[in-house]
Amino acid sequence: MARITMREAISQALWEEMERDPNVFIMGEEVGVWGGSYAVTKGFYDHFGAERVRDTPISEATIVGAAVGAALTGLRPVAELMTINFAFSAFDHIVNQAAKLHYMFAGQMEVPLVIRTVSGGGRQLAATHSQTPDVIFAHFPGLKVVAPGTPEDAKGLLKSAIRTNDPIFFIESATLYQSRGEVPDGDYLIPIGKSKIQRTGKDITLVTYSKMLETSMKAADQLAQEGIEAEIIDLRTLRPLDMEPVLESFKKTNRAVIVEEGWRSFGVGAEVSARIYEQAFDYVDAPIQRVAQKEVPLPYSRDLEQSALPQVEDVIRAVKEVL
Amino acid sequence: MEKDEYLELFHQMILIRLLEENASILYQQGKIGGFLHLYIGQEAVSTGIISARKPEDRVITAYRDHGVAINCGIPVKVVLAELLGKVDGCSEGRGGSMHMANVQKNFWGGHAIVGAHLPIAAGLALGDRYKNNDAVTICMFGEGATNIGYFHEALNLSKVWGLSVLWICENNRYGMGTSVERASAVSEIRQKAEGYLIPNQCTEGMDVLKVHQAAQEAIETVRKNKSPYFLEVETYRFRGHSMGDPERYRTSDEVKRWQHDRDPLGIYHKYLVDHGIASAEELDGIEKTAEKEVQEGVQFAESSPEPKKEDLFKNLYTEMS
Repeated sequence: MARITMREAISQALWEEMERDPNVFIMGEEVGVWGGSYAVTKGFYDHFGAERVRDTPISEATIVGAAVGAALTGLRPVAELMTINFAFSAFDHIVNQAAKLHYMFAGQMEVPLVIRTVSGGGRQLAATHSQTPDVIFAHFPGLKVVAPGTPEDAKGLLKSAIRTNDPIFFIESATLYQSRGEVPDGDYLIPIGKSKIQRTGKDITLVTYSKMLETSMKAADQLAQEGIEAEIIDLRTLRPLDMEPVLESFKKTNRAVIVEEGWRSFGVGAEVSARIYEQAFDYVDAPIQRVAQKEVPLPYSRDLEQSALPQVEDVIRAVKEVL
Repeated sequence: MEKDEYLELFHQMILIRLLEENASILYQQGKIGGFLHLYIGQEAVSTGIISARKPEDRVITAYRDHGVAINCGIPVKVVLAELLGKVDGCSEGRGGSMHMANVQKNFWGGHAIVGAHLPIAAGLALGDRYKNNDAVTICMFGEGATNIGYFHEALNLSKVWGLSVLWICENNRYGMGTSVERASAVSEIRQKAEGYLIPNQCTEGMDVLKVHQAAQEAIETVRKNKSPYFLEVETYRFRGHSMGDPERYRTSDEVKRWQHDRDPLGIYHKYLVDHGIASAEELDGIEKTAEKEVQEGVQFAESSPEPKKEDLFKNLYTEMS
């Protein structure tokens, strides 16, 4: 086991998969000479060369569209969208092309494509660059949406994503790149579509993913000092959504808070709580609470931005309301 | 070209024409659902182009795709089964009129979002470049698609990356009901390729031999240069944009003039007879064979089973993880 950052974990996954399979290549804005706008692909261009680490023009639709086309020929592209906010410019090719071709052409076409992108606020980039619209992409059958919260999961899930023959929308958190965690040595895979218990507890179930896993863990530490033991389920994949560990935990705790960075309306909290009510109604002891971003475009001002983003105290407050 | 090659072009064109006329009837009978965009009038374009490709060359087109499907070798009965939403259709009834494909025959689909298949075409060519294949990707689209951003992004990328794409603009003068002049800053569409330093040419599109020759030269230019080429083909659709088109944007005189003077089947029929390549009787024989093929195709499609309801989720993912 080594203790590395999220950035290193993702970088290692890409590097190892490119070494393993010559059909894997990277394309995106500033992935090559620059080394990645978040430095994830630093050193790749010199090692793998310009054919396999392809700097693209600023053409998001065509970054994804061309990656879809290359994937159809049997290559395994990893297309990078600098941030998820730019994914809107490529929306058709993500949800209407990548997600549809295998089904619509009766399995003749496969799209073994990974789209890596960066989500989340908290860096004073203002409204257009700070969104967490992850759920929008999870709305579409045909796409798989992965959003890890730890270096271990990021590495194992990205490696699985690259080896999968389905299109994967792989969401990284802008403010997690520096976070550290233990990562197993050598080659390992983590299956897509499996939620994970990240912390065990008997009093309340916290359901979360990505950046909010970190926030929820901090909240759980503080709650533990007050004698409240929170169990934390990390969804890791938004589609397909694995409810098994959530339901199992809920049947034990009978109380849940769902924590997400994006806006509350039509969000992960709405989906997960609905499924709990549908599938474990008899176990509900208190209304399920949702912690989410306040419903405004994120402002530039640090204080204002932080006041709109979900904080550790918000999670603690929600837990106490439910208990 | 040998005689049988000349006749095969005629066969394909008449097959498309008859298929489309029958599809029109099936649509009016309510047997074909959704949208139906007929290719009648434009048969010489896809026939001339696709007959010029090698088997390794990829073809991708927009939603007006029945002709391309026939030219790429999908049997008429399989096209008809897809139109009827049946399990024997080329997309097993999941795609319909706008989404025909046969990957084995290097036909990468009809695509229904205007212009969205152009970046995909660039990607297909990227796949060939990556593997050092000699193949050319032939990407067909209407002139209406040249006004959407995807077009400009894809052309730019193809030039910057040196991708072997033959961009083919089928200029049929109307994007749905909006004429070229009302929608595009340049009415000579090939000029748009100039902006990306992509060599280009405009060719007559109602004469299948002219299209064939222009395509052959263009395909080999792309193959040799490993760089894109832009071919504008001037054509005209004799029917509406789709079946529900009131055609307020053009006069019936205009349509009649084209049908009378520039029918690609009429032009080619005359050419074959005038040049002593085939007799009128021979061509009648080909037409009869095609008619039989289409009639048998309709019967096949009608008797083909509906897709099973329990297969609703088939092919949603390659693997359910």
